[in-house]
Amino acid sequence: MTTATHDHDHDHEHHGPAKGLTRWLYTTNHKDIGTMYLWFSFAMFLLGGTFAMVIRAELFQPGLQLVQPEFFNQMTTMHGLIMVFGAVMPAFVGLANWMIPMMVGAPDMALPRMNNLSFWILPFAFAMLTSTLFMEGGGPNFGWTFYAPLSTTYAPPSVTFFIFAVHIMGASSIMGAINIVATILNMRAPGMTLMKMPLFVWTWLITAYLLIAVMPVLAGVVTMMLMDIHFGTAFFNAAGGGSPVLFQHIFWFFGHPEVYIMILPAFGIVSAIIPAFARKRLFGYSSMVYATASIAFLSFIVWAHHMFTVGIPFLGEAFFMWATMLIAVPTGVKVFNWVTTMFRGSMTFETPMLFAICFVVLFTIGGFSGLMLAVAPADFQYHDTYFVVAHFHYVLVPGAVFSIMAGVYYWLPKWSGKMYNETLGKVHFWLSFIGVNVLFFPQHFLGLAGMPRRIPDYALQFADFNMVSSIGGFLFGASQLLFLYIVVHTIVAGKPAPAKPWEGAEGLEWTVDSPAPYHTFSTPPKID
Amino acid sequence: MSSNAATSSTTHEHYYVPAQSRLPVWMAFGMFLTVFGAGKMMNDMSSGAESSSSHWWFFAGALVFAVVMYNWFSKVIRENHAGLNSAQLKKSYVWGMGWFIFSEVMFFAAFFGALFYVRNFVGPWLGGEGDKGVTNYLYPGFEFSWPMLSNPDNGLFQAPEAVIHAFGLPLINTIILIASSITLTVAHHALRAGHRKQLNIWLGITVALGIIFLFFQAEEYIEAYQHLGLTLESGIYGSTFFMLTGFHGAHVTIGTFMLAVQLVRSIRGHFKAEDHFGFEASAWYWHFVDVVWLCLFVLVYWI
Repeated sequence: MTTATHDHDHDHEHHGPAKGLTRWLYTTNHKDIGTMYLWFSFAMFLLGGTFAMVIRAELFQPGLQLVQPEFFNQMTTMHGLIMVFGAVMPAFVGLANWMIPMMVGAPDMALPRMNNLSFWILPFAFAMLTSTLFMEGGGPNFGWTFYAPLSTTYAPPSVTFFIFAVHIMGASSIMGAINIVATILNMRAPGMTLMKMPLFVWTWLITAYLLIAVMPVLAGVVTMMLMDIHFGTAFFNAAGGGSPVLFQHIFWFFGHPEVYIMILPAFGIVSAIIPAFARKRLFGYSSMVYATASIAFLSFIVWAHHMFTVGIPFLGEAFFMWATMLIAVPTGVKVFNWVTTMFRGSMTFETPMLFAICFVVLFTIGGFSGLMLAVAPADFQYHDTYFVVAHFHYVLVPGAVFSIMAGVYYWLPKWSGKMYNETLGKVHFWLSFIGVNVLFFPQHFLGLAGMPRRIPDYALQFADFNMVSSIGGFLFGASQLLFLYIVVHTIVAGKPAPAKPWEGAEGLEWTVDSPAPYHTFSTPPKID
Repeated sequence: MSSNAATSSTTHEHYYVPAQSRLPVWMAFGMFLTVFGAGKMMNDMSSGAESSSSHWWFFAGALVFAVVMYNWFSKVIRENHAGLNSAQLKKSYVWGMGWFIFSEVMFFAAFFGALFYVRNFVGPWLGGEGDKGVTNYLYPGFEFSWPMLSNPDNGLFQAPEAVIHAFGLPLINTIILIASSITLTVAHHALRAGHRKQLNIWLGITVALGIIFLFFQAEEYIEAYQHLGLTLESGIYGSTFFMLTGFHGAHVTIGTFMLAVQLVRSIRGHFKAEDHFGFEASAWYWHFVDVVWLCLFVLVYWI
């Protein structure tokens, strides 16, 4: 191997990572940054999970046992914020960092230093956010949707730091998304046409557009909160001509695309894993691309279905109801494509495949309960009940989170060069699968029976299902410690993995060694 | 992966992946200090506490931020001069700036959306019209008009006596900004033709127009606060007016600063007729700020 053929690439081209802590602090390497995102995300997953355990422990029985209602509110709020912004989103960005450059045959992300900035903002932002729990008046207690005036007039002083944490984590997301767009559009190897890209790359391209479009809107709405709180404006105060409903409109204009930001990359991961273990090509590739784009487009015109009960005009209810139901069409296309891919395939059921199949089934349940919620007149019954909690946890936990776990098991051999323990992986899957259903399925019944969300105490008739749900919660929570053990054990003591550990896997990432060399594709690979 | 160095120089341009850098983590630290300090300052202000040390956090953060920005941009410029940036890398910068501007558009869209919703829905409903006119029971007797010279609760939010008229200072400012876009384009043509002196003159005029715009904008704010009673606290009209024009003014400030930096760089001979992305990015930003102003002039001042 010749070195230093160019005078400018002598210092980074053909050597491995730097030593010590500065490797991680100063890195510009997409693999290092991806690793940091993934570990950060896992840390936040455990932190947010701890908050969830507090919630489920308090709800184990009716009455107030463990925590005060004020603290319970902080737990529900912080659980949501940490899981959405700290666990799920960074995990997908971490996967994007690791995989997209390898999948498109690029030497790195398009803007490597900005990439590192995007990551390092997050520990600061979440340290600041978490520290609010120890401030006078407590942390944010207004729910993760932080509706005004709960989050303005009646908020604890720490809300200011919550707002600024959202500002800088939003900046992080926007820079991350710009980097991903630039990488995908500009860094593909010659011959890697758009319609040859792996679906994970496609779904992330579309997700990145969503991020760039809506994170600034989130920044706008928290800025209005900040102004209302400290500078006397009247955005969300009817006494000055504003409206609390204005908050909800702007928030959900961000919030609905946001929930698709948390699911589109999951579609991409599942679309990589199912063909690999069914040993068939993905059915309907181009329809998958168009379906993803349609879902992204529709996500901008359905936001008020979160607000059916706040008093919007009848025509608005009708429009947002029908537009929301339309989403079932492209989503159905995807589900049918996954099922058809498996149809008559020679399937094997390694851990990534188990998580992926589980994703298809349980995400579809979450999707159907979403359709139920989309029916405006019916929504008046279960708005703000545990039915909503069950719905979005079905799409986010066995949906987004399971897809991330599937991706971790699928690509861990590529990242670490080691194979995880298949038996332990399967145990982790089944414990998680049982845990998540015991945890969330009864919440449908609780909601339909009328139990409101975000309460620390409840009427006696809800006791049994809550106890079942809590037991499922503890099981699911404990199972994730096993996940941590499996990953650490793999890295430390796993058996060496071949370059392509999965027989049916396709894609450029499997053409390089395991573990992937520190620099891949300094020269673009040939694509047929 | 083994034979890359041999082939890359012949068949494919090399994409420059920078080595390790201290800049990003310091930038993140600076951002954290800045917002943490800003948060402390605002909380001190609102609780009436005698300010302790909070402003020092803020200034320290801003200083770190500024120093890192300066070094970061210097480094990028040096890399470009050293010939490290391939055509492909420059395209990454183009995509980056383009989508950054789009994100800014969406930021303004949130505030324009708020203005639209307030004028077309909240206001009329509070005044008793339309689908949700029962909200008039909240503030009986409130009549909606725009500009809102009377608030639903005038005790909590003192309404303005008058508002800024579109065809005074705002019209002059519109002309100034449109003129600045033209002078900037003339400067760009001069740059592409290789006439550095003309470039400097027209770019200098553009920067001057930006500063004049900001001066008039400050005059307008002084007029609003001292003579019209139009403030941030004067209800939703003041809220939307000052937030939209204020964020625009902040962007003009940034844009003017960016163009001033380009002027300095031009005087130092940084630009080539075919390679001047710093100038182009600043120019795009300036045109974006210009378009936002046109929307402001029509939607905030005029109709």
